Amino acid sequence: MAHLTLRVNGSEKKVDVFPETPLLWVLRDTLELTGTKFGCGAGLCGACTVHVDGNPIRSCSTPVSQVAGKSVTTIEGLSASEGLPAGALHILQAAWIAEEVPQCGYCQTGQIMSAAALLNKNPHPTDEQITQAMNGNLCRCGTYERIRKAIHWAADAGSNARREIAESGHPPDERQNGGAR
Amino acid sequence: MSPLSRREFVAIGTAAGAGLVIGFYLPHGAGSKADFFSPNAYLRITPGNKVTIVVARSEMGQGVRTALPMILAEELEADWKQIEIEQAGASTLFGDQTTGGSASIHTCWDPMRKAGAAAREMLISAAALTWSVPRSACTAENGRIKHANSSRSASYGELAGKAATLPIPTDPPLKQSKDYKIVGQRLRRLDSPAKVKGEAVFGIDVRIPGMKLAVLSRCPTIGGKVSAFDDKESKKIPGVSYVGKVGESAVAVVADSVWAAMEGRRVLNVTWDDGPNKNLNTAAVTASLRQAASRKAASMYLAGDPAKASGRRISAEYELPFMAHAPMEPGNCTAHYQGSKCELWAPTQVPQDCRDAVAQAVGLDPDQVKVNVTLMGGGFGRRLEHDYAVEAALVSKAINAPVKVLWTREDDMRFSTYRPASFHQLSATLDGSGFPIALTHRIVAPSISGQKGYPTPGNVDPDMPDQVGPVYGIPNHSIEYVMTETPVPLGWMRSVYALQAAFALESFIDELAVAAAKDPLQYRLHLLAKDQDLQIFATTWHTARMRGALQLAAEKAGYDKPLPAGRYRGVACFSCFSSYMAEVVEISMENDQPRVHRVVAVVDCGQVVNPSILEQQIQGGIVYALANALRAKITIKNGGVVESNFDDYAPLRMEETPAVEVYAVPSAEAPTGIGEPSVPPLAPALCNAIYAATKKRIRSLPILSS
Repeated sequence: MAHLTLRVNGSEKKVDVFPETPLLWVLRDTLELTGTKFGCGAGLCGACTVHVDGNPIRSCSTPVSQVAGKSVTTIEGLSASEGLPAGALHILQAAWIAEEVPQCGYCQTGQIMSAAALLNKNPHPTDEQITQAMNGNLCRCGTYERIRKAIHWAADAGSNARREIAESGHPPDERQNGGAR
Repeated sequence: MSPLSRREFVAIGTAAGAGLVIGFYLPHGAGSKADFFSPNAYLRITPGNKVTIVVARSEMGQGVRTALPMILAEELEADWKQIEIEQAGASTLFGDQTTGGSASIHTCWDPMRKAGAAAREMLISAAALTWSVPRSACTAENGRIKHANSSRSASYGELAGKAATLPIPTDPPLKQSKDYKIVGQRLRRLDSPAKVKGEAVFGIDVRIPGMKLAVLSRCPTIGGKVSAFDDKESKKIPGVSYVGKVGESAVAVVADSVWAAMEGRRVLNVTWDDGPNKNLNTAAVTASLRQAASRKAASMYLAGDPAKASGRRISAEYELPFMAHAPMEPGNCTAHYQGSKCELWAPTQVPQDCRDAVAQAVGLDPDQVKVNVTLMGGGFGRRLEHDYAVEAALVSKAINAPVKVLWTREDDMRFSTYRPASFHQLSATLDGSGFPIALTHRIVAPSISGQKGYPTPGNVDPDMPDQVGPVYGIPNHSIEYVMTETPVPLGWMRSVYALQAAFALESFIDELAVAAAKDPLQYRLHLLAKDQDLQIFATTWHTARMRGALQLAAEKAGYDKPLPAGRYRGVACFSCFSSYMAEVVEISMENDQPRVHRVVAVVDCGQVVNPSILEQQIQGGIVYALANALRAKITIKNGGVVESNFDDYAPLRMEETPAVEVYAVPSAEAPTGIGEPSVPPLAPALCNAIYAATKKRIRSLPILSS
């Protein structure tokens, strides 16, 4: 067992775990941050995606000892990591609601973390760039088309829309679905 | 439709101030104060104007926690923004709570409408009595009763106490579809915010005080058993607290954390008794299906006499492999056994079955087992099994503490229940114009229900009648079934037998069209030209509805317009789960492999409750079906499953996902299935497109290994 200090969603966390424990299980079991999901345990599905120093990584295949001293962001801390108040919706979370992406929803937190990393590097990605960035995230419900739309929705959201979402806690047109053809 | 009888439809919670509760079955202990809080009803309105709708089906992504409340809220004339949702656990109050067979909307349509309508009528009466005005002068709208003449109005909460004292209307008037305000709207799903924030609680996220974590080492050979195990190394792992047998074929490793349990399992030394299947392999399974084809078959559908037809004869054989559901959330269940009771937190499609199976396994009565239904990270039929629940309960009993049993992805892939492999013989006799005057489809497959010990009257699997056709009113037409047996565990996987039947039939119809040198779409439309009602067991299919869906698909796909060079089309249609589906697939070939660019999908499923959810289900079904068609195959070798994770059993990724355009045939018929019907036509439509591109006919799935 090892005593490690992690920086998770902006706070220091001391944990006492096997150093080879995948970060995923430290987040889920030890820190009770269950928004990060277990899908394959082998870096094949992306359900466990979190950011380490801003880069998307597969927490199921990353020993916790490798992230000691680094900054870990999970879905629970995503909006705060971009300076939004606690509980506010990240623009991608709003986009996911507006475009009605989630079905079962299990993979969607990982999808959003991958998309957030993409938009941080490339605020206006093309379809091809979206495919490249999101191809490692599996969804058995088959929500890929709406994921693509939602990423464009977030990329296209202006500062007014962003402010409104941050203030209201939901995307505009609550009653109307944005995914209409 | 018979009106609800007084016995079935009883108001409870009539104590003053308790509010209005409406349910369909007399609850235990009616009249006690606790009634108000019990989840034995579909609707609860508090004096504080909280409107709660209880969902008695499980949410696995298909949108029941939004769509079912929409149906009740429509008749209630509720304010949709005010609705709160409660998930029912296993109960005796809701009839069969199984979530499967694309049946939730289909079977709950009338009960949910009547629950809402009865409440609305009682609230109107309560207002009329309160204000001493005629009922006819009061209207329900957006969560309030209004009296137009006096501009008086009251919220449902204000009227709940009074309404609860009134008699229940036995046959409340139901709205006409033209007056719908909620049903038919693209309302946002109620579960999305929690899911995008990571706050949604799936089975795997359940955490209860004192809970241990367990993983199981299962016998890698089907039907094998634990011979002996040595837990010395496992117990050296810090945190591992218990190692013990679960049933005959597994050993559980229990620890303080998932990782410690996994590490404990990694070093566990089990000696297995391989049992009778250690030489079983896929080739033997395939050969046994082919051999069984000459056995006497059960007749499922017979029109005329195909043997007597004379003309040009064409026949072909098709085969399909075992497939695995592979939902994103691996199997899990949390259980707390406490001597005289056991509580479960289960991501399950069958809460009542979990209750009953756990009761039997741990020696309790079913009413001593409480099942809480969590969200599911996908189901696709895998969670129609109660295996996770029984394991969790047995481990909890063994360690006398609450425990969560977690499956890894490898466990899920290797110890699943699989879509049955099948073999199909089709033969047809064509008339002088090239159309079939006779068609025989012989299906050879093991029976899921038969393997599980459920009845199979007449040697027909009870799932088949709604899933094997007939699609076309061919005058001499036989659909036959040879029931086989296999030791490979079988389960109901999204669209069940319809996937196999549609692949064979709709590929064969294409072969006939080619043989007749006719366009495959026009060929099908010709076969559907006459309005016919085709009855197979209790199901009746209408050729007019199939034709309508196919025509709309052709129109939306621009079927009459030529495609760009290098693009090819395939078409297929099929009816199952009481709905009609037509798909047009557009592909190109790249390095001898198909790339699907576009799928136009048209469904006739009666009244659409929520078009956005319908689009989700059909888009998702097609993505699921495309992975099935291209490469889903479970291989048996040395008595065990070879595939283990998403590398050797690979779902579809974004780069392979086509644009899917979804349309519904406008209809005011009662709603029918939508979760599964989009799956079956995809593989034949794709293979028909591949034929159009390459003149190569694919008669065996998956495509990429044939």
